[in-house]
Amino acid sequence: MKAASSLLAVLLFGAVFAGIVGGYGERESVSALAEQYLAMVPRELGAPNVVTGILITYRGFDTLGEVAVLFMVAAGVGVLLGGKDTTTASEPGREPRRPSELVGNGAEITLPLIFLFGAYVIKNGHLSAGGGFQGGAVVASGTMLLMLALPATKLNHGFLGVTESLAGVVYVGIGILGLVFAAGFLDSHILPLGEFGTLISAGAIPVISALLGVKVGAELSVIIDRFRN
Amino acid sequence: MGLPVSTLLMTTGFLLVLIGMWGILRHRNILRIIIGFGLFDTGLHIVMVATGYITGGTAPIIDTALGIEQATTRAVDPVPSALVVTAIVIGFSVTAIMLAFAIRIHDARKTLSIDALTESKW
Repeated sequence: MKAASSLLAVLLFGAVFAGIVGGYGERESVSALAEQYLAMVPRELGAPNVVTGILITYRGFDTLGEVAVLFMVAAGVGVLLGGKDTTTASEPGREPRRPSELVGNGAEITLPLIFLFGAYVIKNGHLSAGGGFQGGAVVASGTMLLMLALPATKLNHGFLGVTESLAGVVYVGIGILGLVFAAGFLDSHILPLGEFGTLISAGAIPVISALLGVKVGAELSVIIDRFRN
Repeated sequence: MGLPVSTLLMTTGFLLVLIGMWGILRHRNILRIIIGFGLFDTGLHIVMVATGYITGGTAPIIDTALGIEQATTRAVDPVPSALVVTAIVIGFSVTAIMLAFAIRIHDARKTLSIDALTESKW
């Protein structure tokens, strides 16, 4: 009975989705808003990557909100899981299992490359595919591998918390500077645009990108570490 | 040329949504329900990105392959891509909170079956 009703629900949704796909004609041109963005981001912001320009400048307030959500998740996971490290850590017979040779040796070779790649993705967010969130996630995946390969590693939560808070404060500070020296909150024109397509260009976008990367990387690492205990 | 790219992407995304929905409805293990949610979420992201595709479009990144004056005619719509980043972050956040609750439930009940949680039914 239950299986039949679940099947019915899934099939009905499937029919709705099939109708959507069947009635969808692939677009031949972008919308007026997208055309505006595609023309304005390279000219006015000096950033070759249009998506990063939208995310960090035109929708900068939204990105600030996303970072706030991540912060609240880190705090919430800390509240839910944080209170019990002392009880589980002292239990005997709960030694973490040693990782296999493959994971251990592989991590030694790939870990520096993963962190380097994360930094590269963060710093090239305005030039090519990438940005603070993506690079931060790459760095956090490196942290995950570190925990799998060396289960005894202790993350310094105090240091990560201070780093992350500082990045957040500087991010909001840059936003307020935009309010004073440029057109509005989080406007990236507070720094000169520089030469189009070079590493140091596009105003404040690379700075904000780096701050986002640091913040996201630290937050995700803390969340992953909370789940370990 | 076969099917348009956006149709293929939307079909894949909606299939993932349906698989995730089936997992949420039919499984009793909380971890499997969370995995179902993850599939649901990913499927919707694929659908959202697919709606931004224009025929023959390329990534909205200005470089040697895409000149600054061609950007408005040859690039795909960047708005859905920018919105999907938000959706991914929110999906990650919800998943992390759900997993944390699952760990607490396992601590309290020593089981991950949602059949053990009956007193909250009404």
